[in-house]
Amino acid sequence: MTEYFLAFVGGSLIGLASVLMLLFNGKILGVSGIVGGIFQNRSKEHIWRYAFLVGLLAGGGIIKLILPTAFSFSLSRSLYALAVAGLMVGYGTRLGNGCTSGHGICGVSRLSPRSFMATLTFMGFGAAVVFVINHLLGGRI
Amino acid sequence: MRNTIVSLVCGLLFALGLGISGMTQPARVTAFLDFTGNWNPSLLFVMLGAILVYAVGYRLVVRKPKPLFAGNFQIPALRKVDRPLALGAAIFGAGWGLAGFCPGPALASVASLEQPPLIFVASMFLGMSLYEWTQRRRKVS
Repeated sequence: MTEYFLAFVGGSLIGLASVLMLLFNGKILGVSGIVGGIFQNRSKEHIWRYAFLVGLLAGGGIIKLILPTAFSFSLSRSLYALAVAGLMVGYGTRLGNGCTSGHGICGVSRLSPRSFMATLTFMGFGAAVVFVINHLLGGRI
Repeated sequence: MRNTIVSLVCGLLFALGLGISGMTQPARVTAFLDFTGNWNPSLLFVMLGAILVYAVGYRLVVRKPKPLFAGNFQIPALRKVDRPLALGAAIFGAGWGLAGFCPGPALASVASLEQPPLIFVASMFLGMSLYEWTQRRRKVS
């Protein structure tokens, strides 16, 4: 029960961060779009993107200090599987214009048809891959 | 300068939200995607919390003529579902299920200095660069 309550509280904080980004900077808080934009070209315009990335990394540092149990990588995944997954997530989120934050949270809240479609699609494909790994491959890859 | 600080704070809050909500544990994410197995609804509560806050906050904020620290709101106007959106979301979703990481939690987890998030993030950056490279090639030809 506490687990679900904390999930809700953490989610609300994520929502708050997204509202602040819109209220002050006028931008949608989509992690893949903000960070992926860095790879477009070298430009001074991208400073806010780097700042967001630094904030994410620093936030991770704070978690490590005050809530070290939040980091637990117990999933049975080989480094090859992680490397392939990283490539897919990096390329896919850029091609599809967003990830869990930009489409799943901001877009769905805005009732954007593109974000609804994207969210259903990535959840569907995620579920299909997890089904194969957990129920056909014995939970490890 | 002001925008940069807002961006950094948003990244920080976002990462803290991810840590508190348990989303920096890939096993929780894949347990949510495992609808036919030992299902864990945590991610649903994260989405609920975030969407509730953002759905209300978004509607209040966009009533303003402009953001506090920027000239205008930059909100995607495109609503049409197209092939890149669906294909990108499918590739992303498959990678998400494979690793249990999406971009935000993976980046926040870099601070753990553990191998899984480091490998994943390095590979994700490569995937994002690969996308930019294919876009540039397309423009040239």
